Amino acid sequence: MKTRTSPLSRLFMALVFLFLYAPIFVLIVFSFNDSKSRTVWQGFTFRWYLELFQDRDIINALSTTLLVSLIATLAATAVGLFAAVGFYNMKKRWRTPLMTVNSIPMTNADIVTGVSLCLLFVAFFAAWQPVADYLNGAQSFITLPVKLHMGFGTLLIAHITFDIPYVILSIMPKLRQMDKNLVDAAQDLGCTWMQAFWKVVLPEIKPGVVSGALIAFTMSVDDFVISYFTAGSSASTLAMVVYGMTKKRISPKINAISTLLFITVLILLVIVNIREARQERALKAWQA
Amino acid sequence: MSKELIRLMGCSMAFDDELVLDNINLYINDSEFLTLLGPSGCGKTTTLRIIGGFTTPTAGEVLFDGVRMNDIPPHLRQVNTVFQRYALFPHLNVFENVAFGLRIPKTVEETNAAGKPVKRKVKLPESEIRERVLEMLSVVSLKGFENRRITELSGGQQQRVAIARALVNRPKVLLLDEPLGALDLRLRKDMQSELKRIQQQMGITFIYVTHDQEEALAMSDTIVVMDQGKIQQIGRPEDIYNEPKNAFVADFIGESNILDGVMHEDYVVEFFNRKFKCLDKGFAPMEPVDVVIRPEDVDIVPVDKGQLKGTVTAVTFKGVHYDTIVDFKGYKWLIQTTDFHDVGETIGIVLNPDDIHIMHKSAYSGMFGDYSSYSEEYDEIGDVTLLDEEDEEEAGHAE
Repeated sequence: MKTRTSPLSRLFMALVFLFLYAPIFVLIVFSFNDSKSRTVWQGFTFRWYLELFQDRDIINALSTTLLVSLIATLAATAVGLFAAVGFYNMKKRWRTPLMTVNSIPMTNADIVTGVSLCLLFVAFFAAWQPVADYLNGAQSFITLPVKLHMGFGTLLIAHITFDIPYVILSIMPKLRQMDKNLVDAAQDLGCTWMQAFWKVVLPEIKPGVVSGALIAFTMSVDDFVISYFTAGSSASTLAMVVYGMTKKRISPKINAISTLLFITVLILLVIVNIREARQERALKAWQA
Repeated sequence: MSKELIRLMGCSMAFDDELVLDNINLYINDSEFLTLLGPSGCGKTTTLRIIGGFTTPTAGEVLFDGVRMNDIPPHLRQVNTVFQRYALFPHLNVFENVAFGLRIPKTVEETNAAGKPVKRKVKLPESEIRERVLEMLSVVSLKGFENRRITELSGGQQQRVAIARALVNRPKVLLLDEPLGALDLRLRKDMQSELKRIQQQMGITFIYVTHDQEEALAMSDTIVVMDQGKIQQIGRPEDIYNEPKNAFVADFIGESNILDGVMHEDYVVEFFNRKFKCLDKGFAPMEPVDVVIRPEDVDIVPVDKGQLKGTVTAVTFKGVHYDTIVDFKGYKWLIQTTDFHDVGETIGIVLNPDDIHIMHKSAYSGMFGDYSSYSEEYDEIGDVTLLDEEDEEEAGHAE
């Protein structure tokens, strides 16, 4: 059945997309503008991109962002994988509430997550001080730092924390699609539970694990609010640097860096989507 | 005499507070084809899972060759399983599926030069793996399918891969959990004789779970009929069919007319106010009993020559015979006959002593064997949905 779309609804559609994408389009175009002006086009240049890579703050922030995202992705994928397997093996009456608890952080406002993590770290540091003092006094092999500060470590912990639910959420359906006799079959053929996991379960749910990791990485690269509250003064991510730049002088470098962020996230999302579409097709072929 | 291989002693199983298996006692001989037969939820799959090591009974003992196996995990038992819906590994091709068990390094215990026992992991050489896999693929008639993907195979072919994957490990016992349930009727018949051939060729014990009584009768050396977590009867197919122990077995295996009767003395039973000669003895005088008459054993004769007379109320053509429902004083019988008798016709019947089988009264008395509410549905008795079976498994899984 073919539905005819009226010109009016087409126009509406066009307007929606215009408002959604026009700002980004303008941003990308002006990242190549050969002028400090953000309103007048004065010719094409790569100048801002080059300057970007000479800016120490930005390069530092870029490496922090990539490092945090990468380590957080690996850690969250490992933790999320085993958590998902654990959930899967639970009785339904435990699994269902736990899955709900798992998905709350994803819908929760970032600012709440950020502030609460920040408060947790501060409270922990305060509690740590007397413990460290006592331990340092009691022995002389190692000297534990007494005063802790927020920085790369806390940033990383925060990222791992908010990445985990996404990993679990993308692995869970793969586990449930899996024939539950597969593990029994592998054990029946001589595998211990662990061998069965590596040889049978992991290959079966691999697509979900990879998708989960990609989503986690995207979330980490993309995050501003939670990082802002947990990075302290010693570490800053790309998003935080961009935010800082808008407060001081306004430079077209912001356009350039935003363009790069946009494209990175876009590419990752496209990969995730293509993978999912492929899996769906494979699943359909298998069921047919 | 064949040797005893497996024994279940007083095995019970409870999920939460529900008793799924109730004091199962069973022994299984070497090279035997034994079938666990029963309706969905009767505990047959649970029994199989206990033998396979996937569940531990809440009470009782599992013995292999006299050794207690309760806490031995599946990978250390000399038993392999063909699962319902196969459970093949989709990420591996046919060859690798069959080779899966052979590629797992086995731990062997041996004495080293100093005379101390050491454990060593042994991997089979690739040439031996290849040889054994190809040999097994030819046993299940899948030569040339080595490099196929699992997803490219038909149901029957997947079934064969599952059998080859289990048998290639040379188990002492092969467990089969409703292996033919997902196949269509024609393929099922072919696979039945195929399985029987493989069992005889390999000379190993098969423990087969099914709810299909025809399948059980056709393939088994021994049938164990189960219901509500209890064993109802154990015996050869002929014994189970000809001498069912109670109304449940009589009804579940084939069709039966089950009547209330009274045993007057040895070899004499009374029902419908008439005494009949039979071949059964050993009952108390005047003991109330269940009388089983198989529909195909009843001889139809002209009214004046009959021991009983009745009126035909329904006739269904079944190909080989007619299913004829006959009303005897308000009690309806199913009679299978090759002669056509139309609805409304009055007929006489004759029962010979060996047409009558007497059973003690049981909890099942009065529940089966009356064809008053006759409909086509009794044909479907065995065709329980797979969904029910899944529930049973879910219970086992959640454990």
